[in-house]
Parts: sequence; structure tokens; C-alpha cells
Amino acid sequence: MVFTILTIVLPFLALGIGVFTDAKSETNPDGASWAPGLALDLQGGTQLILKADTTDGSQVTSETIDESINVIRQRIDSSGVSEAEITAQGSQNIVVGIPGEVSQETIDLISQPAQMRFRPVLTYAAGTPTPEPSASPSTDAGDAADDAPADDAAGDGEKADEADTSPSGKSAGAPLSVDTDTDPSATPTATATSGDGAAPSPSATPEDDAAAASDPSDLAQITPEIQQQFEQLDCTDPANLKGGGGDDPDKPLVTCGEGDGMKYILGPMEVDGVHISSASSGLVPGANGTTTNDWGVFLNFDAVGTKEFRETTTRLQGLEPPRNQFAIVLDGLVVSAPSLDPGVIISNGQATISGSFTRDTAATLANQLSFGALPVQYTVESQEVISATLGSEQLRNGMIAGLIGLALVVVYSLMQYRTLGLLTVASLVVAGVITYVSIALLSWGMGYRLSLAGVAGLIVAIGFTADSFIVYFERIRDELRDGRTLAYAVERGWARARRTVLAAKAVNLISAVILYFLAVGGVQGFAFTLGLTTIIDVAVVFWFTHPMMEVITKIPFFRDGHLWSGLSPERLRAGSGPRYVGAGRVRTPEPALAGSASGGGVAEQAPAPVEADAPSGREAAEPVHSGARSAPAAPVTDASGRRLTIAERRAAERRAAATEQPDTGPDVGPDDGTSPSATGENEESR
Amino acid sequence: MAGMHFAQWGNDLYTGRRSYPIVQRRRRWFTVVGILAIASIAVILIKGLTLGIDFRGGTEFTVNNVTSTEQQVAIDVVHEVLPDEEPRVAIVGGSSVRVQTEEVSEAQEAEIVTGLAGAYDVDESAVTTSFVGPTWGAGVSMRALWGTVVFIVAAALFMAVYFRAWRMSVAAIVAMLADLLISAGVYAAIGWEVTPSTIIGFLTILGFSLYDKMVVFDKVRENTADVLTQTRSTYAERANLAVNQTLVRSINTSVVALLPVASILFVGAFLLGAGTLRDLSLSLFVGIAVGAASSLFLATPLDVSLREREPRIGAHTKAVLEERAGLVAEGGHEAEVAAYTTGSAQLIPGQHQGNRAQPRRKRG
Repeated sequence: MVFTILTIVLPFLALGIGVFTDAKSETNPDGASWAPGLALDLQGGTQLILKADTTDGSQVTSETIDESINVIRQRIDSSGVSEAEITAQGSQNIVVGIPGEVSQETIDLISQPAQMRFRPVLTYAAGTPTPEPSASPSTDAGDAADDAPADDAAGDGEKADEADTSPSGKSAGAPLSVDTDTDPSATPTATATSGDGAAPSPSATPEDDAAAASDPSDLAQITPEIQQQFEQLDCTDPANLKGGGGDDPDKPLVTCGEGDGMKYILGPMEVDGVHISSASSGLVPGANGTTTNDWGVFLNFDAVGTKEFRETTTRLQGLEPPRNQFAIVLDGLVVSAPSLDPGVIISNGQATISGSFTRDTAATLANQLSFGALPVQYTVESQEVISATLGSEQLRNGMIAGLIGLALVVVYSLMQYRTLGLLTVASLVVAGVITYVSIALLSWGMGYRLSLAGVAGLIVAIGFTADSFIVYFERIRDELRDGRTLAYAVERGWARARRTVLAAKAVNLISAVILYFLAVGGVQGFAFTLGLTTIIDVAVVFWFTHPMMEVITKIPFFRDGHLWSGLSPERLRAGSGPRYVGAGRVRTPEPALAGSASGGGVAEQAPAPVEADAPSGREAAEPVHSGARSAPAAPVTDASGRRLTIAERRAAERRAAATEQPDTGPDVGPDDGTSPSATGENEESR
Repeated sequence: MAGMHFAQWGNDLYTGRRSYPIVQRRRRWFTVVGILAIASIAVILIKGLTLGIDFRGGTEFTVNNVTSTEQQVAIDVVHEVLPDEEPRVAIVGGSSVRVQTEEVSEAQEAEIVTGLAGAYDVDESAVTTSFVGPTWGAGVSMRALWGTVVFIVAAALFMAVYFRAWRMSVAAIVAMLADLLISAGVYAAIGWEVTPSTIIGFLTILGFSLYDKMVVFDKVRENTADVLTQTRSTYAERANLAVNQTLVRSINTSVVALLPVASILFVGAFLLGAGTLRDLSLSLFVGIAVGAASSLFLATPLDVSLREREPRIGAHTKAVLEERAGLVAEGGHEAEVAAYTTGSAQLIPGQHQGNRAQPRRKRG
């Protein structure tokens, strides 16, 4: 019970604290509020029109727009389930609709171009925060114990670690190779430029700026602040893996690898991604023109990129690891960090990245490189408040319809389950309140927005949730029909219902989780709602409905099976045919006598000796059927109270059958109007 | 007192006193489902599903510098030109109205522009048009489809493991696909546009259908758990008893699930005549009804048909039927045989088995 109360109260507390500490306001549109955030269709929001312009003067194609939409969708989705609407308008506009008010950061996040940059690697390490050296073995037993192995690994184990994670480690041969063999026309230019360009000597720095950090690979750039930032960076935290760009191209960058679990300190930008003219993936050609089984990514730079990349490779190839690596940074995250073998200078602008690629990873990297190659800039053409696409009238009528439906559900469950229906209604109310609070919490915590589709999902969830109670109640009734007492019926019914409910909800949860992770946009929102309601539903059944049911079994009204309790044995057993009740006796509730037998449902559970010693009037009134079918009733005892023999009973039955219509079976017999009063009397008399 | 009768009916179903031969008449249900499925395919192929603006893109009209921001005005204008269209109208920036429709011809476009300018009392030059791309592009559809396929496979594996019978899982999945097909057929027959809400609705149907089958099958599993250890009734009869016993629950659940959806559907379709609510509630209404019915009439009979091919269950069924034939030949009590065939677990009191309860004497 304590657990139940905690479950119900905790979300309220959390939200309450949220509202007081981080209240939603004009200046803080992402703050907490008692009302959940609504999506674009219900609430309206902000409409941004982005105009795509090429940076190289070429035509904006529809493919460019499509790819841009994908990039923008990824960026918006990385900030939570927000149900944004992204669409192309005209030939070069992209319209982004975002629910509610939008902060300037969000607009910057969306409108900046996909930033692909090549930066030199200064150093890297495993992506967990490095503990302070002094704190490691002795003082901080809890944390340091976890981190210590990683720390040790920095000595010798780290090398093995690198070999697994970084593409450079796995490539046996040259990870990055000049494609001079396959493209002869490029060779002369390459040779020529390298002739009059910077000397290929490792130590030579091409630029002769006076400053100490003039070389992008200079380790002097790692200031104590950067070192500290690097040590504290935790690349296992998803928040650090969202990317989003915004890094200053002229400053060193501390960031995480996307998917390799490493963290890096990178020098200033060497080559801008817009200078990639194309990127593709395929099998790497081997020596004599044969094809190997290794997948690789092929890059082509434009003229500027070729020159810059040549300079970079010239300097990097002679440096010691890891400074001979360069990092490909997309939106602030390292997507790949290949290394250069000594002597490899890429002068013709054609690079091959090979190593531990599979077909899929090679294709992904090629795609990411192409994104970076999109020579597109977005300018915010307009930023306007947009009203809800569904009129407020629609929403109101929809709500009214939903409420009418709910009222009908209440009426139906009361009709079906009588007073017990109140438990269904109470459970639904509890589930509804928890759902509401959870949604408000989630719209504060992760930007969840409720769309009309989401509302409809919640309405359907009424059915799913109520079904748990219906399954449970029906199982209890089944047990009552088998003649168990209420307490025992609840116990056994719960054990059976629990299994069914859990199995069925598991299917729902599987669908929710899979759709949430695989789908995008509206489907993701739907999956989220489904998963949320499923979990809340199970919680309510386990922590509210079942404990309440156990309490109910102790209340005399339900325990004794009052006709209006929904658990009355007579209602559940009437006409169900004879039952063996032990001690050689068989009980056949006779509908025609339902009134007087009402109390019998309980009396039947009374100790056998009482009945055996003195057959009461009730007992005498109980007839016995010879068959399960609607054979007419015959008395068990004769007028004097003596039990009839089987033969006498059979004869009595045959007589009764001859006089009675076969159709007037037990179903139509009872006159229920008399029952409640009779029951009341019986209960008083006991 | 309908409630009393309903409860009694439930009792009779539970005890097997009243039993509907649902599993026994499975050929009939298979035929019905087959006809409906073929009809659905035919409707979808002939009429096709009309994809909405979210999938195909459309035309966008922007009326600038309006004084009134009534949304209904724009809807009425579009309805005059395109009676079946459900335009999406939004107020942008407080002084302009954005109207999105499906892609229209140039003549219709001009007509709508004139209409909007007149309705909002602005100059025609204040109404601009442009093409809008789909918000639900091919990429989104592919990811949704991919997610659905993975989810169905995962659910099938889960059911196979949970019930320890792959045939049960197959029966549930096939029945669920039939539900989806029939729901899509009904939707195509009515001819409303497919919107993202419709897709969400169909995904909900998928979830509900599998959920309902899970609940019904769990009852079948309960009833047939020890079917092989007795010789009174066959797997089919036990499964039929399960269907009968779960009938009350299925009716209650579908009524409770359908009531809110139905009230939204009727309010949406007949009073509002509008977009999202109508699409969503129609697909849900049909889907939930079909899904609940097919758990009883398609999934379970299908499961019985499949599982009777399981060698152990096939042999058991044969043995039970032979024994029963013997019983009838020996002149067994009619009620007893009837109780056996309903799969009723309860013995018949007042009906002493006499020496039939004793071990058989060898007769020559």
C-alpha cells in the first residue's frame, strides 16, 4: 500500500517541484507546467521558413533539399520527441513547424549548415571521465575502483583498446592511400605541386608564423583548461553524443567520437567539408587491379580542398601517433579519425579511407561525408507564430466526444459489474491522472508534445487499460463460479489474470519500444504514448486495482456476495447446473428459488455438520438435477423432509418434465425483483 | 434486467451448459474471412487508397494582410471548389492565413485564389500560391514500415516462446494481418484520404489485434494445458470452451474500447465532418471491432486447425473420438456425451457412473 501511494504521489511531487523551480514562462518556454505541452496541430507554434542557398553558386536541386530535410529532422529529433513538421516549399524553401515557442538556440541549431570539418588529432583517450590522478587508488574507493581498470589500460591496455575502436588500428596496411595508380591524369599535377609546395619533411612546418601554436598540430594548444575539459568529458553520456555543431573552426575542439566511445582533442580546422566534391563507398581495389574484400570510402576534393588536404597530409604523415591522424568532424562529432602512414602525401585530392569497415558503415560514412559536402546554407527567411491547424472548435468537440465516450464506459461497467464497476472507474481515474502527470513531466523533461493523434492514442488506451480489469474480474468470477469463496477466488483469479495481463502487455511494450527506436516523427510519438500507457496500466493493476480488490474482499457487502456487488454467487451461478459441494452432497441452485437461496451462497460455505444435523428450509429447497441440460426441477426431499431415493427422484423428474414446457429453462425463471429483500432478511437473521 | 441475463449467459458459457460451436464451424469463418480478404484486396486494387497531402505534397495558398482570421471562411471557400477536400488552415503571424490543399489544377487554383481574396476582402495580389512538399516523405514511410516488420517478427517470436507452440504464433500473426487487410479494405471502400493519422490508427489496430489475440490465446493455453493427460475431450473442444468462456470478456472489452472511439467517430464524422479525428476514429473503430472478432472466430479456429496437425495432438484427438464412439455404442448417457463435447470440465452430478467407473472386465 505504501508503494502504491508512493507511485501515485511521486510524479505529482516531481512536477510540483518542477513548476516551482523551473516554471514555464515567456522567457523559459521549456519550463515545467501543470499542463502538458501540445503539438503543432493543437497548439500552434513557430513556423520557420529556411531558404537554402548554395555556397558555390550552383543550382539547388530537389535532392539537396531532400537531404537537407533529413539533416534538419535529425537535428530536431536529437532534442527530444517534439513532433516537428518539416516540409519543402517551392523549389528552395524548407518550412519547419515547431510546437510552442522556440528559443534562439533551437533556431540556430536548425539553420546552421551541416558542418563537416577536417581537423588534426592532438590526442585521444577512452571516452570516460579521467579521474584525478591523486584520487585513483587510495581515497575514492567507490568511484575509483570502477575507473581504475580504465586508468591502468591507459598504460598498456589502452593500445589494445585503440586497436579495436579506431579505424587506424585495424587497418593492416595503409589506411589512407594515394590513388595515383588508378588516375594517371592526376599524377602530374600532384607531383608538380608537391615539387614547388611545402617540403615533405616531417619536421617542416609549412607556415612560418611566429606564434607558438601556429601549426594546427602543435601540442602547445592543449592549455590546462582544455586538458581539464578533456578529462571531464564523458562520452558514455548520450547528452555529449548529440553533436549539433557550433564549434569554432579556428580553435581546438574537445569532443567525442560518434559511436567509437573515444574522446579527442582536435586542432583547428584544416579543410572545410564543403570542399569535398564527392564521396562514395565500395570495395577497395587491391594491388594489381584486383578487388579486395575490404570496404572503403572514396573521397574527392575540389581544387581548394585538394590543396589544403595536400598541405595537411604533408605535415601529418611524419608526425608520431596519434598526431598523424586527422579527424572528420560532422556537426561537432568525430565520425572517423583515420591515420596516415609515413610518407603518404595525398596531393591529387583523391583519398581512400579503408580499415575496419563493413558495407553498412562504409555507406554511412560516405553519406555523412556527402552531407558535409552539401554546399548549402540556410537563411531564416521568416519566423512567425502559427496557429493550430485544427480549429479550437474541433479540439473542443473532440474532447466532448471523448468525455461522452468515457461516461458511456462508466455506465457500461457499472451495468456489467455493478458496484465492482466503481473499482474499474476508480482505476481508470488513477491511470488517467498518472498518465496526465507523466505527460506533463515528460513535456518538461524531454520536450514531449501531445498531438491529436496522441490524444486519440490515449483514448484507445482506455480500452487497453480497462481490459486488464475486465480480464481480472472475469477470472475472479470464473473462480466464484467454481464455488470458491471471494477471498480465495481473488487470490487464484489474480494469479491467472496476472499472467495473462503481463504476457499481453509485453506484446504492447515490444511494439512500443521497437517502433520508438526505428521510426521517426509521428510514429515515434505514437509509440511513446503506447509504451507510456502500457507501463502505467500495468503499474495501476498491480499497485492499485489488485490491492483494492483485496481490501474489498474484507468488506461484508462484497464478501457475502450482495446481489449488487457484482460478485454475488447466485448471479454467477444461477442456472449453471448442479455442483458437487463435498460430503456426498450436490448443490443445484434453483433459479425459481433464487430469492430464498440468496443467503445460501454463504451458508453453503458453512461447516458441513450444521447442515447434516438439521437440514434447514434452505437446504430442503435445493433441488437436484439429473443432467446438465435444462431438466425441470424435482425436489430432493419429500414433504416430511426425508431424502428421496434416486429412483423416486427420477420418477418425480419425469412427472415434472411431462407437465412443464422444456423451454422454460432456468434462464427465464427468476423474478429478481424479490431477491434483494430476501437477501437482506437472510443477512439480518444470521 | 438485462445484466442478470447477461451474467447468466456468461455462467452458462463458462460451465459449458451453453456452447457455441465456434471452433467446430471453422470452415464457415475461414470462408467468411477469405471472402472479406479478397473483397478488400479488390477494393484496394480498384479504388486504391487516396494518399493525402502529407504524403504527396500539395498546393499552399497564403492570404496576406487579412483583417479577419476566421479559419472556417477559408474552409468554405475550398469546399466550393473542391467539395471532398479537407484543407488545413492556419493563421500565420497574426495577419495572414495559410491554406494547404491537395495539388490542384491551374483553373482550380485561380478559382480558389479569387474565392479567398473575396472571402477575406483583400486584393487578389495578396494571395500567393506555392507548392508544398510532403511532410511524410518516403524516408519516413520506409522507417515506419521497417519498424513495423521488425516488431511483428519480434512479437511472433515472443508468442512462440511464451506459448511454446509456433503454430499458435503463426495463427495469431495471420489473423492479425487479415484484420489489417480488412480494415484497410473498409477504409478504401469509404474512400477517405490516407493521412498520417490513418497510419497511426492502423498501427494501433495492429497493436490491439495482437493484444487481444494474446489474451484469448492465454485462455486457450490455460484450458488446453493438460489436454493430453485426459481422454474426455479433444484439443478442439477445449479450445472451443476457451472461446466460449472468454466471450463475455471479449464483448466487454470491445464495448469499452469502442465506446469512446465510436463517440468520437460519430461526433467527428457527422457533426464536424473533419480531418484528423474522423480518419483516426474510423480506422480505429473498424480495426478494434474486426480485431476482437477475429481473435474468436479466426485466430482460435486457425490455431486448432494448425495444432491438430501436431502429431501428439492429432493422435490424442483420434483416441478421444474413438473412445467416445465406443461410449455411444455402449449406450452412454446422452448428457454425459454432450458434456464431453462441450469440453466442460465439470462432472455431471446425479448421474452415477455405476460400474462404468470400475475397471473394465475383459469380455472374451
